[in-house]
Amino acid sequence: MPEGLSTPPAVEPVASATGPSSVNASSDKDESTPIKLALLALKGGPLFMLLFMVIFLWFGTDHHLFWSFGNIGNVLEQSAGVCVIAMGQLLVILTRGIDLSIGSNVSLACVVCTVVFKHSHSPLLSIGVTLLIGLLLGLINGLLLVKGRLPHPFIATLATLSIAAGAALIIAHGSTQLGAPWIVDKLGGGRISQIPGHGPVGWFPFAAVVVIVFAIVCWVILRKLVWGRWIYAVGGSPEAAVRTGLPVNKVLISVYVMSGLSGAIGGMLFVGTANAGSPFTGVGMELNAIAAVIIGGGSFLGGRGRVINALTGALIIGVLHNGLNLVGVNPNWQQIATGIVIVLAVELDVIRAYVENRFRNLQARIT
Amino acid sequence: MTAETIVATPVLAVSGATKLFGAVVALDGVDLEVHAGEVLALLGDNGAGKSTLIKCISGVHKLDKGEIRIDGAPVHISSAISAREFGIETVYQDLALFDNLNPTANFFAGREVAGPAWLPRGLQWLNQRGMTTRTRELLDRLQVRLPDFEADVALMSGGQRQAVAVARAVAFSSKVVILDEPTAALGLRESARVLELVLRLKENGVAVILISHSMDQVLSVADRAMVMRRGRKIGEALANHENQEQLVSWIVGARGDVAI
Repeated sequence: MPEGLSTPPAVEPVASATGPSSVNASSDKDESTPIKLALLALKGGPLFMLLFMVIFLWFGTDHHLFWSFGNIGNVLEQSAGVCVIAMGQLLVILTRGIDLSIGSNVSLACVVCTVVFKHSHSPLLSIGVTLLIGLLLGLINGLLLVKGRLPHPFIATLATLSIAAGAALIIAHGSTQLGAPWIVDKLGGGRISQIPGHGPVGWFPFAAVVVIVFAIVCWVILRKLVWGRWIYAVGGSPEAAVRTGLPVNKVLISVYVMSGLSGAIGGMLFVGTANAGSPFTGVGMELNAIAAVIIGGGSFLGGRGRVINALTGALIIGVLHNGLNLVGVNPNWQQIATGIVIVLAVELDVIRAYVENRFRNLQARIT
Repeated sequence: MTAETIVATPVLAVSGATKLFGAVVALDGVDLEVHAGEVLALLGDNGAGKSTLIKCISGVHKLDKGEIRIDGAPVHISSAISAREFGIETVYQDLALFDNLNPTANFFAGREVAGPAWLPRGLQWLNQRGMTTRTRELLDRLQVRLPDFEADVALMSGGQRQAVAVARAVAFSSKVVILDEPTAALGLRESARVLELVLRLKENGVAVILISHSMDQVLSVADRAMVMRRGRKIGEALANHENQEQLVSWIVGARGDVAI
């Protein structure tokens, strides 16, 4: 009897709390719809930004010069390397990390690819060694972070930034090495002639195909495989990841390995474009890769970011530089413009966080 | 009901639990029993040893002395993962959810349904549809309603998040669910919903250990209440209004039946 008496007061408020919520649900949906739409628009923010820039340049350049086959092909080819390393950087940033060594990694890949080819004349050996070196550099980054217990990936990759840059200079004897394996030359600098447009030479760069293939690989990893689920989980809450027994260390090492690999691929694209490898190609390029991820809505707090948006971020940087050239702006202004775009993109992200918070409060009211 | 029958073996039985931190005796020969479909409230002031006891059961700490039995068989709980393998799930105060993932991904974090089996775990292809279906079934069974099933947990209110965390704890046929102040951060109405969920766990035959500072909550959902003080169990009673004064006096440490 006493037990019977003690339960009703608990059930009563519950019943009154659940009752109206199910009734209200339909009418409150209307209230949350505009917020949901705003969130969706903000999620596509980088894409809209790119679209706006393209339309602006289309009409803003003489004879619509920007939107010619030749120019679009150039933009895509010049952006390809940064696109690839931006996706590698995305994987790292998703886990709350950062890979500063990616620029030096690109330089190293450039000279390794050309020097090995010069001495062996074997395209496969040259490509294989370059990929292996990129992978090893990534592995070292990961191991330094996880096993070496360096306090932050910033430090580990700052060290390897310096080491790789020095190694590139030593291997190349401080100067540009000419000549590239034909596969690299084709993929980095070739145009597909089958796609109609810019005469018999073709306009669509093979490099863009490499970017698309790498993007699909990254997308599959992040969205379709257990691996990607773990990457998002580790970035979202490292503590919860440990508690749920995820292999946190392996996940961390894996993203740096992927980033290292992206550096090697990106470097070879640059070699193909120039038909030469310079130990200075990647200087400062880590900042472009990071900027691309951030412009694409990736968060340094981890667990947030998408392949398509990182790609968009890299293209925004490429289009920006190309567009400013076309409209005749002093090249020195380009860096300032990049900075302004970063601020704009991050402000969009701040607005998104605000809207999400509004949404959450609304949820608490209707349930 | 079944919980009251003396012959039934408790799902979880701890006997003589002792834990020392250096010279400090955090637990001193504590016994605890909880049956299937029963809610046991664990009461006590701060520093009474509740959290230490819970952490020993859920594998965070190891007992220095004492025995843990599950369904009557003695077990050795070496880690949080091994506790989960024995069917003991703990919902911590700070939730331990992945904010950037949706409920389904949270439910299956670390035990994703994926294949084929011959591939290394990380390279296995996620069976999203299967996981979503199972999550939906479970939330339906527990009558947890979420306005947007695919939304990230970050977009949910405190109560919805707590509901997801509690539901995750019972998602994998666990026998014992430990709730550490599940309503601490919630408003009145959302607290009520979480308590309602606790009652539903009980209906589903799960043994629940509930840590709470709210006597009202304890009286409304718990069957029994056990009071700890300075690392010892000092009393146990049915959780009803007749025993309220007794429980309070145990918590504050007053002797006899003097109430405050």
